[in-house]
Amino acid sequence: MAEAVARFVPDGASVAIGTALEPAIPFAAGHEIIRQRRRDLTLVGPISDSLFDQLIGAGCVATVCAAWVGNVSEGLGHCYRRATEQGEPRPIEVRDHSNFSISLALWAAAWGSPYIPTPTLLGSDIVRTNPGLKLSDGAVNVLPVQPDVTILHAQRADTEGHAHFWGPLGISEEAGLAASKVIVCCEELVAAEVVLSDPNRVLLPETKVVAVVHEPGGTHPAPLQGFWRRDHAAYRDYAARSRTAEGFREWLQNWVLAVADRREYLARLDATAALLVRRHLHSAPVDYGDE
Amino acid sequence: MSDYTSQEMMVAVAAREIRDGELVFVGMRLPILAYGVARSTHAPHARALYELGLMRDQPAAGFLGTMGDPPNVAGALWATRMSNVMALMAQGQVDLGFIGGAQVDRFGNLNTSYIGDPARPATKLPGSGGGADIAILSRRWVALMTHEPRRLVERVSYVTSPGHGDGAGWRARNGLRGGGPSAIVTTLAVLRFPAGGGEAYLASVHPGRTVEEVRRNTGWDLHVADDVVETPEPTVEELAHTRRLDPDGFWTRRE
Repeated sequence: MAEAVARFVPDGASVAIGTALEPAIPFAAGHEIIRQRRRDLTLVGPISDSLFDQLIGAGCVATVCAAWVGNVSEGLGHCYRRATEQGEPRPIEVRDHSNFSISLALWAAAWGSPYIPTPTLLGSDIVRTNPGLKLSDGAVNVLPVQPDVTILHAQRADTEGHAHFWGPLGISEEAGLAASKVIVCCEELVAAEVVLSDPNRVLLPETKVVAVVHEPGGTHPAPLQGFWRRDHAAYRDYAARSRTAEGFREWLQNWVLAVADRREYLARLDATAALLVRRHLHSAPVDYGDE
Repeated sequence: MSDYTSQEMMVAVAAREIRDGELVFVGMRLPILAYGVARSTHAPHARALYELGLMRDQPAAGFLGTMGDPPNVAGALWATRMSNVMALMAQGQVDLGFIGGAQVDRFGNLNTSYIGDPARPATKLPGSGGGADIAILSRRWVALMTHEPRRLVERVSYVTSPGHGDGAGWRARNGLRGGGPSAIVTTLAVLRFPAGGGEAYLASVHPGRTVEEVRRNTGWDLHVADDVVETPEPTVEELAHTRRLDPDGFWTRRE
């Protein structure tokens, strides 16, 4: 993880992360970005369940391009509020979207289209405050948003970058196709024949993937279908601790800065066993028979 | 029945807004419970869409802290990308959506973005999420709010999710496809809108509350329907389903 972030997430990069909404958020990658003290990032996403808030509080972020930033089960993002209201730890620029419009902005970039006209956001002040949205002929033209790098966490991948991701996808496909580079984190690193036995489930082409990181537990406290339940208590604890800037700094020290990597982070959690999915529901295999 | 919380009351009222057979765009928090209650009682043929890319019929078997929790994915009718779910709504196939709001005004416009100047806000709220999309594209929608004068205001300073704009006819003039808000369900009352849009009026007052209390906690001179009634209490069945879906009171017994 440290090598992937060092090589492919430079200062000033535009980074799409948390693109499946509440599940499969690559928290381990986000925490490594904080540890490497990246600066002036643009974060791209739909709703962000606490990870954007943490990156903003750590001072890594110059611009947020998203539909919603907070803590989904607890409410407001306290670091986001301090940055936008008081400029602490630094001022940030916000380019508001809705969930639909950020998806369209990424599809526009993925397709090489100058814009995509849509009926959504008609009558919303979001069109007035985001220069990437233009009112024209009874539609809203959504201009492209092109991330430099999209970071995903898949259930399994091979070393060549073929990743199987299942469950709701959110905006993961368009974020991956729009980006110049994709970093795939995975719960399980498997042989190529496992992944290629079901190519319909491969999320993105290998030509986009620049790094594969085997990072079990890399989504905690976010859930991952088939592997991890959501740790609601961890989100509640983060909301309480991040209410003040001092409380956030203590949280950051304990859970990010003083932690070497994800393995050490998981060892610090008390209740990982209770978070592991126990009821497994396997789908029926499909037949790719060819003659 | 009198032993229930104001959130349980809101869940029951929101559930009754769902008609059998409808396709419902379910938001976060209380609407997740409202859908489960409706599906388990009067609307056994309803279906739910979740913006991250899910369609389901049965409510999830386990507690949900978010729509993306694993029990909401297991047993889904469709797991897909967000833009496919939004496509159905853009085609006018979503009958009803739910939106939570920080601020709402007399015409049902919602602000979940900025209190004060967007360039240097007094309060930065989380943003639209899918709220603006639901407000513009669903056939009708219902807002869920805590009823306080600072939340129900004369005019919102920033329209994240448009309601009826500046009154009847505004949506049609501005090309908005969906029908707009049909109700605002609050901790004290139910406000409704005239057919074709316009200004919210007081339709029913929750048990133990008064018309005067509702008007005092509303930031504009709220019209009261001639036939204003008391909101029916949650039934034993509605409460049982709510508590089955939220066994620890994560959503319905918080301060």
